[in-house]
Amino acid sequence: METKKQVSEDKRPLFFGLGFGILFGFLLHKGGATQYDVILGQLLLTDFTVLKIMLSAVATGMIGIYFMKSMGWIKLSLKGGSVGMNVIGALIFGVGFAVLGYCPGTIAGAIGNGYLDAIVGGLVGILSGTWIFALMYPKLKDGILKMGDFGDITLPRLLKVNDWVVVVPVVALIVLLLFWIESTGL
Amino acid sequence: METIASVLTDTGWSPYAAGIGIGLLSWLSFLISGKPIATSTTFARAGGLIEEVIAGDKARQRPYYKKIKLQVNWQWMLVVGIVLGAFLSAIISGDFQVGVWVPSIWASAFGDSALLRVLVAAAGGIILGFGARFAGGCTSGHGISGTLQLAVSSWVSAIFFFVGGIITAHIIFHVIA
Repeated sequence: METKKQVSEDKRPLFFGLGFGILFGFLLHKGGATQYDVILGQLLLTDFTVLKIMLSAVATGMIGIYFMKSMGWIKLSLKGGSVGMNVIGALIFGVGFAVLGYCPGTIAGAIGNGYLDAIVGGLVGILSGTWIFALMYPKLKDGILKMGDFGDITLPRLLKVNDWVVVVPVVALIVLLLFWIESTGL
Repeated sequence: METIASVLTDTGWSPYAAGIGIGLLSWLSFLISGKPIATSTTFARAGGLIEEVIAGDKARQRPYYKKIKLQVNWQWMLVVGIVLGAFLSAIISGDFQVGVWVPSIWASAFGDSALLRVLVAAAGGIILGFGARFAGGCTSGHGISGTLQLAVSSWVSAIFFFVGGIITAHIIFHVIA
């Protein structure tokens, strides 16, 4: 009995993960982000749906996350980075993003939406691409991935200011940018 | 008049409704699970587990797979959930796609060959999967969850995701096509 109870307690986070995923996938589909045409429209700068979703998520999220952090309810979970990873790696990602027309989160949504190029082509490609990275990792990890290392810092830490000195202007800028995008009719 | 049921069966919502919803979801994810929403490591774990099935134990010895740990975890279930959630939304709004191999923007430039589209999607997937692990995250982990935490690594990544993507999309549709 004891062990059974422990197992079920250990599995509880997995159910929350599944639940958050279902809500995330639901919202991605409702927003239109599970479609190749919407993602390519963003990269061709003819349809700004993706940027509108991302920026409104970031502004909303940032206010709540920094509020909860200031109350001591949560800790940030930051990724380390370097010029090699976040410039070169991100540029490679961007090329794949445009060629495939989905990203790792939206391809999961596109699969749920029934798009066959996502399942047969894209998914197989992504799994292969991550595997190629795993093969090359021993050669990359102490070289290019460390190039220009800047660690897991936040903008407020980098600028040595209070969190809200960055949060408030960034949220304001995002809101202004979204109003500007709307005013151009895109 | 819109009811709750009719909102749920609408095919599309305002991108702001979807975006604010994702932002609120990130609060819950941090508060309840202590984790940011992210997806791409799961594809790397799945790749490693497939290698293990095919080639046996040596997959687990790879330094990268030791680092990310080949197991079904919280984020794995999140990715499974995304498939289910998008499926649910598509079904109840009558938007589930049957037999669609070629998206219309692609077809307008390169024709309706399913084989060509699948091959290009696979090639794009290889570059994307490699790049996501190189950058340590994707449009979810860096682009949304990292930027909303004001992580320097994530802002740099998000900017260069779009720089690379915008340039490549313009080359594909305005130079090659």
